[in-house]
Amino acid sequence: MNDVLILGKVKEEALDPRTLELLSAGKRLAGGKGGGFSLLLMGDEVSAQADEAASHGPDKVYKLEHSLLRGFKPDLWLAALEQACRQINPRILLMSHDFVGMELGPRLACRLHTRLTTDCIALSIDSESGLLLRTKPVSGGNAISVFKCPGEPQMATVRAKVFDPSEPGAAKGEIVEIRPKIDESMIKVESLEVVREDVVALDKAEVVVAGGAGLGEADGFELLEELAEALRKSFSNVMIGCSRVAVDKGWISSDHQVGLTGTMISPDIYIAVGISGAIQHLVGMTHSKKIIAINTDPACNMFKVADYGIIEDYEEIIPALIEKLEEVS
Amino acid sequence: MTELKIIVCAKQIPDPEAPLSDVSVDTVKLEVLVDAPQVISPFDENALEAAVRIKEETEAKITVLSLGRKVSDTVLRKTLAAGADELILLEDEAFEKLDSYSTAAALAAAIRKLDGYDLILTGRQAGDWDSGQVGLILGEMLELPCISLAREIRIEEGSVVVKKSLPDGYERVKARMPALVTVSNEVGELRYISRTKMLKMIQGARSIPSWDAGDLRVPQEFLNKMAIAALSSPPDMGRDCQLMEGSIEEKAEKLAAVFKALR
Ligand SMILES: Cc1cc2nc3c(=O)[nH]c(=O)nc-3n(C[C@H](O)[C@H](O)[C@H](O)COP(=O)(O)OP(=O)(O)OC[C@H]3O[C@@H](n4cnc5c(N)ncnc54)[C@H](O)[C@@H]3O)c2cc1C
Ligand SMILES: Nc1ncnc2c1ncn2[C@@H]1O[C@H](COP(=O)(O)O)[C@@H](O)[C@H]1O
Repeated sequence: MNDVLILGKVKEEALDPRTLELLSAGKRLAGGKGGGFSLLLMGDEVSAQADEAASHGPDKVYKLEHSLLRGFKPDLWLAALEQACRQINPRILLMSHDFVGMELGPRLACRLHTRLTTDCIALSIDSESGLLLRTKPVSGGNAISVFKCPGEPQMATVRAKVFDPSEPGAAKGEIVEIRPKIDESMIKVESLEVVREDVVALDKAEVVVAGGAGLGEADGFELLEELAEALRKSFSNVMIGCSRVAVDKGWISSDHQVGLTGTMISPDIYIAVGISGAIQHLVGMTHSKKIIAINTDPACNMFKVADYGIIEDYEEIIPALIEKLEEVS
Repeated sequence: MTELKIIVCAKQIPDPEAPLSDVSVDTVKLEVLVDAPQVISPFDENALEAAVRIKEETEAKITVLSLGRKVSDTVLRKTLAAGADELILLEDEAFEKLDSYSTAAALAAAIRKLDGYDLILTGRQAGDWDSGQVGLILGEMLELPCISLAREIRIEEGSVVVKKSLPDGYERVKARMPALVTVSNEVGELRYISRTKMLKMIQGARSIPSWDAGDLRVPQEFLNKMAIAALSSPPDMGRDCQLMEGSIEEKAEKLAAVFKALR
């Protein structure tokens, strides 16, 4: 019986933390219905991770290995995943709302003629219809919607960090091999090169100094960096964040973007400089322990979610603040 | 090379950046009520910008498609002012609150009615329901090469070459056209449009074609509404903000003290 199928992922030779979260989500869904849950792992070599996954108690771990599945190649992964789904025939299919799930989810849903709900923060089963209830923030986070769609498999991509990661236990799932029929002729989009960039690991920051359109120019981030440097004397892991507008304007790279389509974070301290507090930004940072807002507009949203506020031009207040911080330390 | 035909799919939505105080939720009618003007969904503006940049390099014709129950041509004419050549509204009662699959089916029907195409651009996700699906589903329906999350798009001899965002960098990928690309904000903001240009476009005599479900010949069973079972307001994010008072120096001192206490 294949009730819930989870598409897992391997990251740095181990199960991706997101997969562990999906495992606990899947376990809970299956438990509620008295059914089972299974995991599907794809790649060129996933045996070690399949063994790791088996200890999380799924009924089965499907291992789909092929030399062409080395690295994420959407066309091939999609073809292999579609074949696996037709073979396994799950009632519910969960993926993580990351770059893999965001691409494979909609395309697979179209191929399987079913409906997908993206970026879910809660999942349950409707007792009457047996359908998956998919809870998802909409309108940037201004509302929370529950979708109930027909079709099978019932598909959802799940937001990071909303489920606690599963812990390994004694139960051992059976490992089943699936052989995909894929070849190079299925590649419609050719990869020319992958460029790794030094990206900031915002989710590991303890303090984030973030700038937005209010900085007025790219140089504003230099001042923020000076502030970050001053804070590094007292705090560790101080990093620079930003709003989407700062990225759109080309002032800073997108790995610094906080929010719905950037990174969602909850550092100890978040300092929002010249950021108005649009909902899509707020959902990425309102879980920070302390929020400090610096803005010239007393009516801006950011002050509504902040613990401390300063109504001032950042170019005036930040140099003064840096000076005071140097004195204190 | 002959003229490149680019289609940009642009959705009209209530301003997604409206202040929180102007947004409310009708939990009975299952509607998000936004007291704000209608705009083009932001990532769709990025998609249009990408198209206009291509047109600066290559001979190209840009067609904008916008689908909804009622689409305001005043809002969408901005795309013409920005450099699009043609705007087609897809309007029908039956197009209200369509789910992603049905939206893609209706857009696909409109696209099939056009006189060919090379490149279809959509935003990565629309700012009203944040779904992020229509572009890729459309690509699958039309059996096109699909590329998601573009941060830069170039045309090279019948192919499209895209820098596609990855969590830790980017990938340069290439596909033969026709192809579909979903666009992310790294592409850059839609260019500035002068007031005069904008007014001229809005007040211009040019008539904008509008097609309905009959024109598109999409069967009713392909037009399903979003299946919303419940809608509610999010938990309150508000905190009591302590505003620092005094001279700049005093404010700086107070804030420095806050940092000291948190350390
Ligand atoms: C689908 C979708 C997804 C999105 N995803 C994200 C996302 O992930 N992250 C994100 O950030 N946004 C996102 N956005 C965009 C979001 O809606 C806002 O447009 C954006 O957050 C605004 O950025 P901002 O606050 O920097 O700019 P603005 O809203 O322009 O605010 C600038 C602020 O700076 C202040 N200011 C001006 N001058 C000064 C000065 N000298 N000193 C101090 N303050 C000053 C102003 O008072 C104002 O409050 C998304 C939008 C959509 C539709
Ligand atoms: N009603 C619509 N009219 C035109 N384009 C649309 C419409 N709905 C979605 N799109 C396109 O599809 C993208 C993704 O939308 P969505 O899947 O709804 O988040 C948008 O950024 C648009 O480019």
